[in-house]
Amino acid sequence: MLGLGKKDIALFMIVALLTLLAPFILNPFPEGSELAQFNAGYPDLMQRFVIFGIFAIGFNILFGLTGYLSFGHAAFLGVGSYAAIWMMKLLTMNVIPAIIMAVIVAGLFSVLVGYISLRRSGIYFAILTLAFAQMSYALAYSVLTPITGGETGLQPKVSDPRLFDGALAEGATPQANLFGLDMGASYEMAVGNWLFTFNAGYYVAAAVMLASFYVAIRIFRSPFGIMLRAVKSNQQRMNYTGLNSKPYTLAAFVISGMYAGLAGGLMVAMDTQVGPERMFWTASGEVVLMTILGGAGTLIGPVLGAGMIKYMENIVSKINSDILHTWFAFLPDGLEDVLVAMVYPFVGKGWHLTLGIVFMLVVIFLPGGLVEGGQRIMNLFRRKKRAGDDSTPAPKSHPAE
Amino acid sequence: MSILEIKGVSKRFGGLKALDDVNISVAENAVHAIIGPNGAGKSTLLNCLVGKLIPDTGSVTFQGQSLLGIKPHQINQMGVSRVFQTPEIFGDLSVWENVLIPLFARRDGAFRMHAFETIANEADICDKAEQMLIDVNMQDKMHMHAASLSRGDKRRLEMAMCLSQEPKLLLLDEPTAGMARADTNNTIDLLKEIQASRNITMAIIEHDMHVVFSLAERVTVMAQGTPLVEDTPDNIKGHPKVQEAYLGGH
Ligand SMILES: Nc1ncnc2c1ncn2[C@@H]1O[C@H](COP(=O)(O)OP(=O)(O)OP(=O)(O)O)[C@@H](O)[C@H]1O
Ligand SMILES: [Mg+2]
Repeated sequence: MLGLGKKDIALFMIVALLTLLAPFILNPFPEGSELAQFNAGYPDLMQRFVIFGIFAIGFNILFGLTGYLSFGHAAFLGVGSYAAIWMMKLLTMNVIPAIIMAVIVAGLFSVLVGYISLRRSGIYFAILTLAFAQMSYALAYSVLTPITGGETGLQPKVSDPRLFDGALAEGATPQANLFGLDMGASYEMAVGNWLFTFNAGYYVAAAVMLASFYVAIRIFRSPFGIMLRAVKSNQQRMNYTGLNSKPYTLAAFVISGMYAGLAGGLMVAMDTQVGPERMFWTASGEVVLMTILGGAGTLIGPVLGAGMIKYMENIVSKINSDILHTWFAFLPDGLEDVLVAMVYPFVGKGWHLTLGIVFMLVVIFLPGGLVEGGQRIMNLFRRKKRAGDDSTPAPKSHPAE
Repeated sequence: MSILEIKGVSKRFGGLKALDDVNISVAENAVHAIIGPNGAGKSTLLNCLVGKLIPDTGSVTFQGQSLLGIKPHQINQMGVSRVFQTPEIFGDLSVWENVLIPLFARRDGAFRMHAFETIANEADICDKAEQMLIDVNMQDKMHMHAASLSRGDKRRLEMAMCLSQEPKLLLLDEPTAGMARADTNNTIDLLKEIQASRNITMAIIEHDMHVVFSLAERVTVMAQGTPLVEDTPDNIKGHPKVQEAYLGGH
């Protein structure tokens, strides 16, 4: 079906279902309860999950398949964002032209960056991409201010030409929309003490994410995908087999650049503003972390990694010492203070510390990322089921699962 | 008629003359063996044929076309495949995928953006890959990671990859090293059969004289970068210079 194998269809269906039901799944705790702060089912965060999911899915096509580690992919995300906002200023607040232009411009830019950076491999390639990204960041801040808005960035203004849109009503502000459907529109559903929010923007982004995920599966399973893995495995053999590894790597680079641009365009569609900080090197590093954390070279890993990092960034970072005190309130006073003092560095502003530790643990103990963790747990269950019969080692699973 | 013409090829590595005025002509559809002690320059010579090294002097022509300065993938696309002395396979990929890649390369050329095709739909290529694995008796290992194969199996896989491309010229660098006797004999049979049925010219470097004498029609003996003699296997056996090179070379 749709050119996918049985297992891939199952995987895709699960992801689709989870994405559609995310407003429920991410809001397991009733409003007003102490645990409600762990709810992640609010539009802004859900949008981030899927947008960074797209970013990581695309990055994985380059890094996971070919092994080329780019340290500058945020540049394509940023360039996509700028392209999108200009579409909104010049043409229309409809998100379609913005998103399409984001992909095209990021794709073109990645042809340039890829063509030059791919003359080298390994650490030199990584440095070249990093240099390009930092250059873009610096330019956006300085020389290119007329197109980037410099430090303040860009947002749609009432005075923008917007050729395709009619004049705005008096006092109205331009809103991103999909043929009139406001991206900010939300439907709230209260069930008992629970409150679930269904946001138009989220569902648009989620649909795009599912489409991107589908494309990624197709690429992974195609002859082209095998060639990309061949690049990672043995370029020498590849060349002596009559294949030119360069265009394959460049194609992967450009595809991942276009995914980054798509993510950047969607970001603008959800929240109509751009600033250069989007291209800062930490943003490039983040997508590397997401991919490795989830499992580079796996289909679903990057999405998991993106979700995990965004969850920590938004939820763990919100925990402050007051909250910790209420958690440990049942303990005797002295002990409570000690525990709070011990946990405090890892939450709130210290969430990076927790992320760092989690990352180290994963890299050391689960080199295949969260996906490998999941597989190990599954294997444990399977082995238990098979207990008794001579325990043959579980067959090594397909590398790109 | 000769398909491969090596004329006056020399190659130095610093002060070491790895190849010194090598002249070899390989006849079309022949199996030409190159033997010689370790360090004689046999692998270096192959490197000069496939675009890995550029000789300091001399010329290499394949079917009348010069191979000097041509990229490895282009030389392969001209019909030259090589089995390396240390197996070069796609270790992270399955045995099955390892055989698919050369088949795609042969059909689609050096680059093709087949990102939306599915392998299952490529019946032609899948059939060929399957047949190739059966030919080298590895069909039961098709789902294994290539890196986890034994040394002998890696060689057979690499050979299958090269043979599946149906090259005009197949270069084999010690194809049976590290193989069990039975596998060596199977390999000899396989090469003989393929050579007879598909008209593949082979240049084979080999230390195992059993393999050399079973396959080759011509033998070149090299020592210290220079070919000493070239003759039929029977004449080579008792040649005094050969004895000298092998015994004196160590
Ligand atoms: N890239 C290189 N750089 C420097 N020296 C090299 C290089 N390649 C080969 N040599 C040297 O050239 C000489 C010939 O090596 P070559 O590998 O061609 O020998 P060989 O006949 O294939 O030997 P063997 O039977 O051991 O494989 C050796 O002395 C080797 O050390
Ligand atoms: Mg050698």
